[in-house]
Amino acid sequence: MPEVTQLIYKYLRHDKKFPHVWCPGCGTGIVLGALIRAIDRTGYEKDDIVLVSGIGCSGRMPVYVDFNTLHTTHGRALTFATGIKLANPNLTVIVIMGDGDAMAIGGNHFIHAARRNIDLTAIIINNSIYGMTGGQYSPTTPYGMSATTAPYVHIEQEFKISELAVTAGAVFVGRGTVYHAKLLDSLIQKAILKKGFGVVEVISHCHVQYGKQNRLGSAVDMMKRQRDNAVPVQQAKRMKPEELEGKIVTGVLTDKELPIYQDEYNKVRERAKERAASAT
Amino acid sequence: MKKSDPREFLLQGNEALVEGALIAGCRFFAGYPITPATEISEAMSAKLPLVDGTFIQMEDEIASMGAIIGASLAGVKSMTATSGPGFSLMQENLGFACMAEVPCVVVDVMRGGPSTGIPTYPSQGDVMQARWGTHGDHPIIVLAPSTIKECFDLTVKAFNLSEKFRTPVILLFDEVVGHMREKITLPRPEEVEVIDRIRPTVPPEWYIPYEDTPHGVPPMASFGSGYRFHVTGLTHDIRGFPTLRPDEVGPFMDRIHRKITQGLPEIQMAEFFHVEDADVAVIAYGSVARTARRAVIDARERGVKAGLLKLMTLWPFMRAAIEKVIQRATTLIVPELNMGQISREVKRVIEGRAQVNTLNRVDGLTITPQQILKKIREVS
Repeated sequence: MPEVTQLIYKYLRHDKKFPHVWCPGCGTGIVLGALIRAIDRTGYEKDDIVLVSGIGCSGRMPVYVDFNTLHTTHGRALTFATGIKLANPNLTVIVIMGDGDAMAIGGNHFIHAARRNIDLTAIIINNSIYGMTGGQYSPTTPYGMSATTAPYVHIEQEFKISELAVTAGAVFVGRGTVYHAKLLDSLIQKAILKKGFGVVEVISHCHVQYGKQNRLGSAVDMMKRQRDNAVPVQQAKRMKPEELEGKIVTGVLTDKELPIYQDEYNKVRERAKERAASAT
Repeated sequence: MKKSDPREFLLQGNEALVEGALIAGCRFFAGYPITPATEISEAMSAKLPLVDGTFIQMEDEIASMGAIIGASLAGVKSMTATSGPGFSLMQENLGFACMAEVPCVVVDVMRGGPSTGIPTYPSQGDVMQARWGTHGDHPIIVLAPSTIKECFDLTVKAFNLSEKFRTPVILLFDEVVGHMREKITLPRPEEVEVIDRIRPTVPPEWYIPYEDTPHGVPPMASFGSGYRFHVTGLTHDIRGFPTLRPDEVGPFMDRIHRKITQGLPEIQMAEFFHVEDADVAVIAYGSVARTARRAVIDARERGVKAGLLKLMTLWPFMRAAIEKVIQRATTLIVPELNMGQISREVKRVIEGRAQVNTLNRVDGLTITPQQILKKIREVS
């Protein structure tokens, strides 16, 4: 049996009706494929994986896969994931979000989850637009682009998700694109295996909303642009800031060690018990 | 000198609540500092690590509510505590817990509102928000203690009801109840009835997470227990998957309401004080029930046949208790620290069969026994 058939058989839910909700050509399915391949390579059991999502196109991902799955409220996926992980630290908790989900309504939760260094993996699909609601501008819509709520072009600066994650204290941050599928597999695998808060930003395309409004062509055209604009992080280090304008720096941006929340909390429990014992 | 009982304490309501939560099995607390509920967070941060539980201070109340739902899905009894402004922020995720049927307990120590209002003064202004704060038709259980012993007992009850009916339960304290101190003898853990959610006994491949049962409450598996299933805030079918089919949406909505109405005898709690021969009955809850009790005693000493119905369950509204009171009483007084929230329900239920008098106070001070006594004498 070819690998893809085996993976489909093992990880997709057979009792869930397909087709999925994503538009033909959407990048979200590529992220799902990468996620499944990455999880398979970690060797973790399906029973031990929890896939949590927020609201939006990315939010529909958990329903198709045979893990413990949770489709939460808009922007709040990381808060639910925090509760799950702290209640049962043996679970591997992966959170899938979109750019509006993680950066606008959930922006505060994102920076605090990174700061706390809870052992979670956050995957953010960045397609620069609110796709599901019909193409409104998001916190990652670049200056000067069009959206249904920016008919006279967008006047705000965009969030750089990976750079924000680094600054907020995430111990692992990687950026990939849906064009570079193999890189994506390995980034997600590394983020899952990393102890602490790991982030993978995935540059994707919404040809149906963002592409159409900005005359960027088909899904294939937009993916070619990902290919042409991607600069591996090692190469980017040798380039000047002006040369990196409009480029997508891909690869592992940060991989460091900081105390993990659960380990620290176990110390809190020990200290509490010691103090209680010495008081009696 | 008499040796004091080691289980006897002088506790404030917020502290008694924490003792109740721990005995009921709460092992996860997420919260955000807010007056007058902060003591609950502080006590939880000190006590949960001792029992291998987890306390976390989240970035806001939205996150706190999300975290306790997540913990409960992982199989751990969980709670958060807040006051009016924070309670407003919790409403969306509270609705998620109703929809996905996730047991959890939410404490709202009410303070003067609206908005930032009067953080340090008592109020009962969140009664309607507790019922209808989150959007859409949803069932909810709301309990309101008036003594320190009840703070303990109703907290245990809140966890038990939430586990049994797979629903969030709201504990409505007012600031007086939260901060007042009384002597309480804490029961031993073995003396307290603790109910845990029913877990599936079928093999994982047979598990249908939102299947109807005679009680309307499906068994609940924990994430990581080998039962892999989907949880969503979208309206879902019995397998937990989103559905748009009217023949699945309708029965689902019916079931989540039916499970609560079927459980009313267990959910609804009230205390009747001299109601059997009362011509004038006071209906009160929370700290106001205490002043009302004093007023009823004083009225009786003055020859007025007064009685008190103390509501401990505010929602679902206790129609049966009101019916019992108006079998004899023709005049009702509903004193509240709001502009008339429960009195509207009383009027709705009795449909003109008795005269309903309101007594409202929203200036930050509590209603005194004298005020209620004056009202009793006015209307009797």
